[in-house]
Formats: sequence, structure tokens, C-alpha cells
Amino acid sequence: MSTATLKTDSITMEFGGLRAVSELSLEVNQGSIVGLIGPNGAGKTTVFNMITGVYTPTAGRICFQGKDITGMKADKITARGIARTFQNIRLFQSMSVLENVMISKHVRMKANLLEAVLGLPRYTRANQQNYDECMDLLKKVQLDDVCYEAATSLPYGKQRRLEIARALATTPSLLLLDEPAAGMNPAESLELMDFIARIRDEFDITVLMIEHHMEVVMGICEKIYVLDYGETLAQGNPAEIQNDPKVIEAYLGAVDVDAEN
Amino acid sequence: MDKNKRSKNILTIMVLILVCGLLYWSQINLNSFYIRILNLAAIFAILGLSMNLVLGFTGMFSLGHSGFMCVGAYTAAILTMSPASKELIYYMVPITPALAQIEWPIFPAIIAAGLMAALFGLLVGIPALRLRDDYLAIATLGFAEIIRIVVTNTVSITNGSLGLKNIPSINSIWVYWGAAILTLLILKRMINSSWGYAFRAIRDNEIAAEAMGISIFKHKLISFTIGAFFAGIAGALMGFLITSVDPTMFRFLFTFQILLIVVLGGMGSLTGSVISAVVITIMMEVLRVVEQPMSILGLNIPGLSGMRMVIFSVLLLLVILFYRQGLMGTKEFNWDWVLGKFDQIKSRRRGEAA
Amino acid sequence: MSMDIFLQNIANSITLGSLYALIAIGYTMVYGILRLINFAHADLLMVASYIAFYGILIFTLPWYIAFAIAIVLTTLLGIGIEKAAYRPLRNAPRISVLISAIGVSFLLENIGIVAIGARPKSFPRPSELVWNIHVGNISFLSLTIIIPTVTLLLLVAVTLMVKKTKIGMAMRAVSRDFETSSLMAVNVNKVITATFAVGSSLAAIGGLMWSMQYPQVDPLMGVFPGLKCFIAAVMGGIGSIPGAMLGGFVLGFCEVMLVGFFPAVSGYRDAFAFVILILILLFRPGGILGENVVEKV
Repeated sequence: MSTATLKTDSITMEFGGLRAVSELSLEVNQGSIVGLIGPNGAGKTTVFNMITGVYTPTAGRICFQGKDITGMKADKITARGIARTFQNIRLFQSMSVLENVMISKHVRMKANLLEAVLGLPRYTRANQQNYDECMDLLKKVQLDDVCYEAATSLPYGKQRRLEIARALATTPSLLLLDEPAAGMNPAESLELMDFIARIRDEFDITVLMIEHHMEVVMGICEKIYVLDYGETLAQGNPAEIQNDPKVIEAYLGAVDVDAEN
Repeated sequence: MDKNKRSKNILTIMVLILVCGLLYWSQINLNSFYIRILNLAAIFAILGLSMNLVLGFTGMFSLGHSGFMCVGAYTAAILTMSPASKELIYYMVPITPALAQIEWPIFPAIIAAGLMAALFGLLVGIPALRLRDDYLAIATLGFAEIIRIVVTNTVSITNGSLGLKNIPSINSIWVYWGAAILTLLILKRMINSSWGYAFRAIRDNEIAAEAMGISIFKHKLISFTIGAFFAGIAGALMGFLITSVDPTMFRFLFTFQILLIVVLGGMGSLTGSVISAVVITIMMEVLRVVEQPMSILGLNIPGLSGMRMVIFSVLLLLVILFYRQGLMGTKEFNWDWVLGKFDQIKSRRRGEAA
Repeated sequence: MSMDIFLQNIANSITLGSLYALIAIGYTMVYGILRLINFAHADLLMVASYIAFYGILIFTLPWYIAFAIAIVLTTLLGIGIEKAAYRPLRNAPRISVLISAIGVSFLLENIGIVAIGARPKSFPRPSELVWNIHVGNISFLSLTIIIPTVTLLLLVAVTLMVKKTKIGMAMRAVSRDFETSSLMAVNVNKVITATFAVGSSLAAIGGLMWSMQYPQVDPLMGVFPGLKCFIAAVMGGIGSIPGAMLGGFVLGFCEVMLVGFFPAVSGYRDAFAFVILILILLFRPGGILGENVVEKV
């Protein structure tokens, strides 16, 4: 067992007759930013769903921080320290920005329901602490000025940032980002790159991200896995991936060698 | 922020005193007919609140409320009926010896009714809550019917379809509205706590809620069981109000009325449920007139019995089709809104003066 | 039990099963396309029965005209309900349309109570359809043969329609994948209307036959059959027409046999169907013939 934070061992996912993911093995080391790329339908989000417990792999094992988490329920996995965002933003639409983030604190709430209803100090203290931590977090991601606004009233880019903040509020060790740059223009994508690198440092976490924006992927990922038809096509650092002929053919398209030089 | 909080608390206490004063005045001055209607409204308020917790705040479409009411009503009735009454009422099949001599005071019986209903809520919820919306609706409906059918058939415990009479009668407005206000306060606390937010997260986006670490099944079960608890309390109170219970009281019609109250008041608003409970209860009485023959402009119009429910069905359809958020939507009555209005009036006056 | 009674029970279960099957199809077709439990479906049973009742008794129409009018009007009502109460809520949260369905069901039942009175009335059985047949020691109603036969013919017709006609293919497409179908120039509204038309007419015919078999009509007569038929549809595999047929027959069979062999539990007859439902939803939600659908995250 290596020191990798996350290690999947030949995981497979079958739906009826369809094999969405086929014997995928990947390793993510502590503190790194790893990318998962590939054409649409390659199975990337399915891999996320398997890691976070939404699906139970048909075969194979998933280890997180040395413990086998294969088939554990999603909420338990979050409690262990894996958090995620979604491809299609899944904010809680009836709640404000702050309330969305406060939800993530519930998983670690020590007081019980009775204490909450009776307003006992154990609960009120914990609640106040959660409030402070969330406001702190929102300041760090620069969403504190809109903290009382309805979550769905924010512009798209801020909603994506809120989803990330909400995931961070669960105090994870591993953060899974599903297409965080989707719908962003190049300037916003650059901002996002800095943002992700910054939170990796500030919160001392590991990041695994699915992305299509190549500038973002090549810009901050230290290691990249390329998926196609549910199988690993290639893995390596950005330079290796960019020059891998299989990857180019399947996904990146022919690269103009002159333009590169 | 602190100053505002102080004045808000003062306002809340003032309102509570006002409400107590109203209740006191009503108890003394209104005749028993009006008091009975107010008491019935309180019971419906508790029912509306408890169903709103399950449906409006947690997003579970449960149609089993009448079953839990039934459990609560029978529990309280059997516990509080005097042994003499029991002998009298259970004339076809005598009551089982274990229950024959029991006679509890009112308040422990009410609590016991709630707990019994909560137990049933647990038993129903554990299998049923794994199901999706529409299946949950039918499954809970099924369970409510099973409960009713079991009650009808276990004659030695429940006296079957003959029902129970001579239940101790309570007329005090304090008991019913006290229970309703207590329910409102407890649920308000719950909704504004971390758990309340967890329930709402499940309603808004179950998959995201689970991803943020909320155990969906556990929280649904908690919400469902608490909803059943208060339904049981309401059932017990119903028994004390009407002094008789029988299985046909708890058919789907009851659940429908509660559904109407929740939808009309706003799924997701506690104050909305209380308001619409009062409105609907009063409407039910007022609309009785439609079911009596009456003469308008010299024409004799025969009474249309059952017309009330037609009107209520139409009302439900109108609300759900055209005004889905109901009276209060997901908003609650709060002092900010009131103070805000005062500020508006003040600034308008200042504007006019200038 | 004696052979005679056993045969009688078999005959009853086939009859009951046929009726359940006919009504269950309507539920399963609508659920397959809209993922909606049409609570109002079974009340159409009642509507058709009352229209025929009035046609025969008040307007003294010959039974076949009264029946035809009943079927046509009930079908139109079913289509109208979809247009007025379900279509506007197609993009609303699921709970809303379920509430609307409950509202419609309640409305129909209570209009029935107001217009006709809550007391049961005796349905006029046409003598051309209902007579006694004697075979040796056993005598049974002609309905025991007529109902299953009519049901079988209708089932065949529906199956042919779904498999062979364009609209049938469109129904299957929409029930598989709503969004893609609408993108593929399938007129989804027309398909839905057709689905409700078929389901409602089957409910109407089922209702008429029900009233002939159990000739007591009252405004709430559709409630329990409705729930049981939905349960039958779930049992066979919700969304699957053959499943609904199978479920209907199995449920009818089990219900009659249970009461036949254990008369002591006949009070629990209705509870039995609910217990089956809960067991199925817990252990095999896809039903006997159904498939498991996974939600995309």
C-alpha cells in the first residue's frame, strides 16, 4: 500500500450490459493536483461517482488514506474526508450563500437534535463556531459580501465558486472537482487556476479534477490521466500527455508542431 | 444587531401575552360552539405543522398521516377511558384484561399517544422511506389503510368498527391552543437548527445533500417519526374534543384536508400552516350553509350535501395549478418584515412632509 | 374445499383478474410516460358506470348505446383531465402534479356524491349480457366467460397497437426517454393524449364490466379497485403493459384464493394487496417483468 491519498485498484462499473468504466487504476498523492481528462462519455464522472460512493463499483477496490472505502455510502465517505462538486451545479436553491455552506458543517455536528431544540449551550456553541468558520471560508473565497443573497441569484462563475466553498466546508482531505471551469471564458479560467492552486495550499488538500479546458489542466495539474471509453488511455505529466500520439488522436486533435516551437 | 434583537424579543413576548389574553377572553366570552371550532382549528394546526415538516420541509410525499392520528387517538382513548366506560362500550367483545383496569390522567396519555404514533412512524418509515416520491405516497397510503383495517379487526383491543365513546371530554381552549403553540415553537426551533437545514437540503437536492455528508435515510426517518409523533398528539386531542373515535374517522379524507391545509398555507412555511388551518376550519363551518337548503331571492335552493368537499377539491386544484407557493410560500412571519413596513410608512410620511 | 367451490373460486379469480388487468394497463401506460401515478384513473370507472346507469334508467337508451356513450364520454374526460390538470404542471416539481392528481380524484368522487348521492345504487344488468349458465351441478354467470374474453381481445388489441402502429412506437419511445423523443420531432403532447385516451377507454370498459359483475355503484367505488390496480401494475413491473396484465391476473387470483381458503381473514382482504405492494417495493421494485432504472448523477 503506497502513501497515495487515493488509490483505485482496477475498478469497473457496469450498468446492465454497458461497461462505463473498465479496470481503472489511478493514484493520487497527498497534496497534488491531478487531472482526469477525456472525451465526453469517457466515464469520468462515473469514476467520481464511484469514488464518492454514489455508485458501488462492479469490481475492484478503492482505498482512501490507506482504508478500503469501496461500496461505502456517500455520506460516510464525505465524513471520512472526500468532498466533491458537480458537473451540473447542485446548489440548494431555497437557501442563501451562507446557508449552503453551513449545511456542510452538519456532518461534524457533535450536539444532538434535542439539545438543538432546547437551545442548550452545547448546540449553540457548536452552531456559533460553524457560523464563524463558514464566514471565514467565504471571506477566503471572496463570497462574503454576498453571503445573505439567494444562492441561485449569483452569477454563474460565483455559483461555481460557492459549490467549491461548500465542498471545502466539510473540511476534506481530498477535493473532487467536476468540470469547475465549465462555461467560463479564458480570463475566468485563469482566475480559477489560481484559485484552485491557492486553496490547495491554504487548505492543505489534494485535488482531483475533471476538466475540458486544456489551459487549466495543463496549467496546474501535476499528473494527468486520460480516459477513453472507460479505460485509461495514458497517464503522465502535462508534457508527456500533450505529446502522446494516442491522446492526440483520441482527444486533443493534431498539434501543429511549428506553432508549438 | 443586538439592539434589533432586543426589540424583536420584546415584540415576540408582547405578542405571546396578547395571544394568551385572546385565549383567556375567548374561553370566558365565546359560546361553546365557537370554542369548539377554535379547538378544532388548533388540532388542524398541529396536523398541518407536522405534515409540513415531512412534506414541505423535507420533501417527502407521505400520505400516511391519518394512520398515525388513528394510532394516537386510540392510544389516548384506551388509556383514559374509565373501566366502567370500557365495560359499557366494549359490549360485543370485551376488552382484553390487560387494558381493562387502566385509567391514566390526560397529559401522560397524550404524550403516550404521541410516542405510540412515533413508534408506528418508525415501523412504517424504515421500509417506506427508501422509496421515491410517488411510490412513497402509495406506500404510506397503504400503511395508513393497513393500520385502519387492523384497528377495525382487532376488536378486543379497539372495539373494532363500533368505535370508542365516553372518552373524557376537554373543552379548555388552553389545552388545544397550548399544544398548538408548543408544537409551533418546537418545530420552529427544529427547522432553524442544523437538522432543519439538513431536512431542507434533502428536499432541495438529495444527491448534493448526501455528498455534503448528510445521511439521507437517517434524516428522513427522523423527520418522518417526529411528524408521526405530532400527528399522534393531534389524534389524541381529537378524541378528547369529540369524545368518540372510530376507524372511519381516519380515512383518506382526513389526510386530504391536511394536505389542503399544507398546500394552501405554503409548503415550507410554519406560520402559513397555522394560518391556513384556522382559515380552512372556519371555512368548513361556514360552508355548511351550502349544504343546507336556502332561499335566495325567493328561490328555494335545495341543500347539496358533499358540496363542501367539492369546493375544497377545486380550491386545492386552483392553488396547485395557479398559486403553487400558497399563502406564505417558504416565508415565515418575522419582525423584520413588520419593522420594515413601519420604516416604509415613516419615510413616506417624511417624503410627503418635505 | 369441494371441487365445485374451488372451480367457482377459479372462475371468480379469472374474472377479477381480468378487470384488474384492464384497469392496471391505464396506470402503467401513464406512469411509463409521465412517471405520474394518475390517482384519478380509477374514478373513471365510476364515471363510466354512472353514465351508463343514467343512460339506461333515465334516458331509457338501449344498453349498447348507453355503454358506447359512457365509453366515449369517459375517454374524453380522461383526456380533458390531462390537459387541464397535468399538462400545466409538467415542468413543476413532481410533488405538485401528484397533488393535482389527488385533487382531481377527490373532485370526481365528491361531484359524484353531490350529483348522485352517496348511497349505492343498483346497476341495471342488460339481460343480453348477463344470464345464468348451467353446466352439470355448477351454475355461473355468463360474465365469467364474457369478461375474460373481452379483456383478452382488448389486451391483444392494445399489444398490437403498441407494437405495430406508429403511435404505439412513439409511446414506447417517449416512455423510454422523454427528452430525446421530444427532440426527435415526436409530438409528445399527441402521444400523451393518445396514452390517456387508451387508458381511459380501458378504464371505462373495465368499469362497465365491473358494474355488471358487482352491480352496486356508488361514488367511491373506484377507490379500492384503483389502489389495487396500481399495486397490480407495480407487481407486474410498472411501465410494462404485459406486466400490468400479469400483475392484474396474479393479484385477482391471490385475492380470491386467499379469501377462499382462509375465510377468517376476509376482513383483511384489502390489507393483503397493500402488504404485497410494500413487499414488492422493498425487495423487487422493478416488479416481475420490470427493469431497474438508474438515475444519472
